[in-house]
Amino acid sequence: MKIEQAIWLDEQHELLLEELCELSGLSETELRELVDFGALAPTDPDARRWTFGADRLVVARSAFRLRKDFDLDPIGVALVVTLLERVRELEAELRDLRAKLPGGQR
Amino acid sequence: MKYKDYYRVMGVDRKASADEIKSVYRKLARKYHPDVSKEPGAEEKFKELGEAYETLKDPEKRAAYDQLGSHRPGQEFRPPPGWEQQFGDGKFSFDDIDLGDLFSGMTGGIHRAGRGGKVRMPGQDYEVTAHITLEDAYRGTEVDLELAVPEYDENGFPHRVQRAFKARIPKGATDGQRLRLPGKGGKGLNGGRDGDLYLNIVLHPHRLFRVSGHDLFLDLPLAPWEAVLGTNVQVPTLGGPVQLKIPPGTHAGRQLRLAGRGLPKPHGGEGDLFAIVQIAVPTVTSERERALFKELDEASAFNPRGHFEQEAAK
Repeated sequence: MKIEQAIWLDEQHELLLEELCELSGLSETELRELVDFGALAPTDPDARRWTFGADRLVVARSAFRLRKDFDLDPIGVALVVTLLERVRELEAELRDLRAKLPGGQR
Repeated sequence: MKYKDYYRVMGVDRKASADEIKSVYRKLARKYHPDVSKEPGAEEKFKELGEAYETLKDPEKRAAYDQLGSHRPGQEFRPPPGWEQQFGDGKFSFDDIDLGDLFSGMTGGIHRAGRGGKVRMPGQDYEVTAHITLEDAYRGTEVDLELAVPEYDENGFPHRVQRAFKARIPKGATDGQRLRLPGKGGKGLNGGRDGDLYLNIVLHPHRLFRVSGHDLFLDLPLAPWEAVLGTNVQVPTLGGPVQLKIPPGTHAGRQLRLAGRGLPKPHGGEGDLFAIVQIAVPTVTSERERALFKELDEASAFNPRGHFEQEAAK
């Protein structure tokens, strides 16, 4: 059986704006709105062609699903994904603190 | 074809208005949407809900669905004759067709998804959670994946095809890591690109090590005298046991760092392993041990609660 190679979705890999659109399903306008509303940041906002860390694809896909499934407007989508990112960060921080706590997972 | 009761999935009456269906959908989506839900089995429930709503929100699809009549969920049924004619030659078999795939391929009434439209459609993306052990993450591993993906035959009908393949997870993965397998999702339509498969890595809890990014944490119990006198201990790591020097006067809670003994990072380098010192107290003591502790008690001027007294004297 052929073994498929998986690609890391992390900030070390970069995606062009067009690639992020194609892979997430978002239109370029929707993606630029997410950047305007602070929900997504390109690696260098001053660059002529925007690139994004591949980990941003997770956020962009989430934005696409939320927009489609809840019929949200752009500011609503931006607000939800920003808060979801914050929750993810806090959960990661909590996990890290628990790991450092002697005596176990709690 | 197996029947699916979309009204029952949504918990609405067959006569429910479009507004009612929308409102129920929103409430249930809020509860089960995988991006916002913590409910167990939310993903599966949302998939069913999404499929039901996709058909019931569209008046034409809903009318076509209602023509099928009402059956028990999962019951095999044959669509009414009108249906088969609309689909073409009437020789067509609906046996292995998924009702949801059929409706999702419909736009503007019943027609074949493939032949009816020439719009390029990207294949569907899929998300799969891969549970792996810490040892697998350390060494890299292969996971077996199975997906039931709709593929379109020459007439444009969607058939569920079971696809099995192995995916290589390179070393360097950690909890919550995402990976992408390009083109391993659903087939694109009319020249559209194939969908992707996204892997979400979840690490099984380990009996000894706790994970924080690429760093590992390990509880290291020491006997009171080991902590006071210092010693050399053997410590397990994912790469095999190593010797660790415990300096004299090591107190509980101190973190001893074993550089580079954590998880490898995807682009080179490794995390660290931290051994967190705990002072373990023997529960069963022999007469001789008790006598020695007693002697220590009398000989020692050590007051571990000196700061309490200083505080009280203020």
